[in-house]
Amino acid sequence: MDRSIFVAGSAGEGIQTIGDVVARCFLAHGYPVFANQEFESRIRGGNSSTRIRFTEEPRNAPREDADVLLALNPAAREHCADALRPDGFLITPDTSPNEGNHLGIPFVDLATEHGGQAIYANAAAAGALCAAVGLPFAVLEGVLSSTFAKHGSEVVQANVDAARAGFDRAASQLGDGVPEELPRRNATYAYASAHEVIPIAAAAAGCRFISAYPMSPSTGIITAFARDADLGVFSEQAEDEIAAINMSLGASAAGTRAMTATSGGGFALMVEGISLAGMIETPIVIVLAQRPGPATGLPTRTAQEDLLFAIRAGHGEFPRVVLAPSDPQETIDLTVRAFDLADRYQVPVVLLTDQHLADSRFSLDRLELPADIPIDHLADPADFETYARYAPTETGVSPRLAFGQGGHTVCLDSDEHTPEGHITEDLQTVRPAAVEKRLEKVRRLRKEIRPPDVNRTDDADLILVGWGSTRGAIAEAVDRLRVDGRKAGSIHFAELWPLPDVARPKEARYWTVEGNATGQLARLLRGGLGWSIEGTIGRSDGLPIAARYILERTP
Amino acid sequence: MTKIEEYASSVENQWCPGCPNFGILAALKRALAELDLAPDEVCLVSGIGQAAKLPHYLKANVYNGLHGRAIPAAIGIHVANPKLKTIVTSGDGDLYGEGGNHLLHAFRRNPDITVIAHDNRIYALTKGQASPTTPRGEKTRLQFSGVEIDPAQMLATAIVHGCTFVARGFAGDIEGLTGILKRAIAHRSLSLVDVIQPCITWGNHPVDWYRERVVPIPDDHDPTDRDRAVSVALDVEDTFPVGVLCELPERETFAATYRDRVGDGPLYELPRVDRSTLEERLDRRTVRL
Repeated sequence: MDRSIFVAGSAGEGIQTIGDVVARCFLAHGYPVFANQEFESRIRGGNSSTRIRFTEEPRNAPREDADVLLALNPAAREHCADALRPDGFLITPDTSPNEGNHLGIPFVDLATEHGGQAIYANAAAAGALCAAVGLPFAVLEGVLSSTFAKHGSEVVQANVDAARAGFDRAASQLGDGVPEELPRRNATYAYASAHEVIPIAAAAAGCRFISAYPMSPSTGIITAFARDADLGVFSEQAEDEIAAINMSLGASAAGTRAMTATSGGGFALMVEGISLAGMIETPIVIVLAQRPGPATGLPTRTAQEDLLFAIRAGHGEFPRVVLAPSDPQETIDLTVRAFDLADRYQVPVVLLTDQHLADSRFSLDRLELPADIPIDHLADPADFETYARYAPTETGVSPRLAFGQGGHTVCLDSDEHTPEGHITEDLQTVRPAAVEKRLEKVRRLRKEIRPPDVNRTDDADLILVGWGSTRGAIAEAVDRLRVDGRKAGSIHFAELWPLPDVARPKEARYWTVEGNATGQLARLLRGGLGWSIEGTIGRSDGLPIAARYILERTP
Repeated sequence: MTKIEEYASSVENQWCPGCPNFGILAALKRALAELDLAPDEVCLVSGIGQAAKLPHYLKANVYNGLHGRAIPAAIGIHVANPKLKTIVTSGDGDLYGEGGNHLLHAFRRNPDITVIAHDNRIYALTKGQASPTTPRGEKTRLQFSGVEIDPAQMLATAIVHGCTFVARGFAGDIEGLTGILKRAIAHRSLSLVDVIQPCITWGNHPVDWYRERVVPIPDDHDPTDRDRAVSVALDVEDTFPVGVLCELPERETFAATYRDRVGDGPLYELPRVDRSTLEERLDRRTVRL
């Protein structure tokens, strides 16, 4: 069982609502769903689609083809026509050419007649979709009831009536072609996007401050913080990304765990602040939600173009960490880890996500917080008679106090500084020791960074190497290569910088799979670890990497 | 009572001998001591420039960050620990030029911080280029034929944006400046004090030229009259009116709603968010019919 449904229309037509209702029907019926969005950077109009894939076991990766295409207007139909499989169903509100596997269903008329108003047309469309894939109507009725309960029983009833009409009309048009009813599976799944769980993980990690400037696809993060205001995390929309990172650094210097979130252009504005964090040794977590560049690029599309940027961003030489989750659970784990590493090493930590990860919803058996979340990041002021913020230590990490903590004064300086934090131009002793102090942290971090996950490489002669959001697609590609008799394996990097000191597990053909045109991970592994990488399967058109995309390009 | 000696710093001073910045430093130390604030209760925030080195020259908490970015850092510090007296002390190029946008939005946010702008009307540390407050027509070491754009009017801008304490001081009058700084620091809203600080190395006029033109704001000036305060702020053609231009009732400070919820202590003292609350929020993502 592996079915793919595309709901296509214009922005504002409600495709996300239809998609969400149908996705919840599958989940309620015991089937895991992966849903992703592709849309244009506009508020109304254009072509966009919600893509729902349901399977029996979670398969958290996109499909590029559709078994069912619900197209709400002719342009949307054209937009997705190539994706519809020859044996698939097309559902449209256009009733005129009603032949073969095309269901023409007048959603608006049905909604008006049965729901009382045209606004229930989307419920009629959801009904038709459910009929076309064999979902029992009772499941849809249940989901509509819970979705619209807050609007009152009349609204629920109108939605259910319109949906019923759509369902019945589709079933009667399908006639003998009505699919077999999907059996109910006894399973439940957590259904979430990566960005929506960040505030929960951050709050668990003791974060109390986020300042950010709205920028797709990162905006959902601060929005989720603001929505969950009762968790006690202060959120502020800054006047620009420069203010965002500098506010967060101020809050962090004053002792609270703090973060910011942005995308490529905003991250570019934050770069001086990242260097500052390295210099003043003040922890900060920065989510960099990637989208295609350069410059404004494709604001609502996906990419993995900023790996080398994240690793290199900032003038001068200083330690930092770059992590890249691949699904919501790993996002929780790495968010907690980001705060922990930021504090233990007093460095900036970049959490690299992307539009695909941000706007897709994954089905996981469960979502959980790590068992142990250490947040005792400040030193005990009673340990010091006089306090020096940058006191020399073997590890390069000095005990950190917040401003005024325990009656101490604390000095941070972006200039080169003495152990007490005061500006200096002592080039003979202070500067060399300060450089060494900062770089000692890099050496120690390198040992702390977790090695990549290595899968099915024992007998493999082809190994696909990826990072971040492509994990599910690469795993699926390896599965399908194995089915075809190819000896394929994969390696996945979730912790990317400092590069963990690992060798290639064996001799084989290594190819990276990346959402960029130049093979940034390949360059990193060649240059940083001396790995021999034969080539890169890259994608830079703004769409997510799917297994089919990989298979079509596999050597 | 805090003694001024408690604010002594052993850090070597890098200012030019005789720089009026020494007057601002002396006035600030006196103001802090007379307000009975201990050094650990004060957080000095600065950007980059000669003025921005001031925090090193007295004992206090110090955040000497990036050029132009003192204001957002100070806002973050204010939110994280409102018990600190957060004071920004930086130059006109830093606060009005590189960081002008932040200052504009700080007026809107109204954090309880004091902003002291050392206004020497020149970029001194980079050796003599025009600053946002250099008067039109003045020749500099970059604007060789004279500055061709008008100076920024940040005091008037502050008043227009609802800033409830706006003053102009003179670095050559330590007594008068101390009084202004005490009022500014005690004011529980954003206060802006622009301090005329003639640059004795790159400036076009010696200190005495300013001293002759500094005039006290008349006793009958009503600091609650915003329209009048804007007029006084803009009236810098021939003289510099010094004193408190505008003092209005304190406004609700930034993050007040949040502070109503979490109390007024440092955020690092708050207990952890209850784990079961967070787990419940994750569990909500599980779809059940």
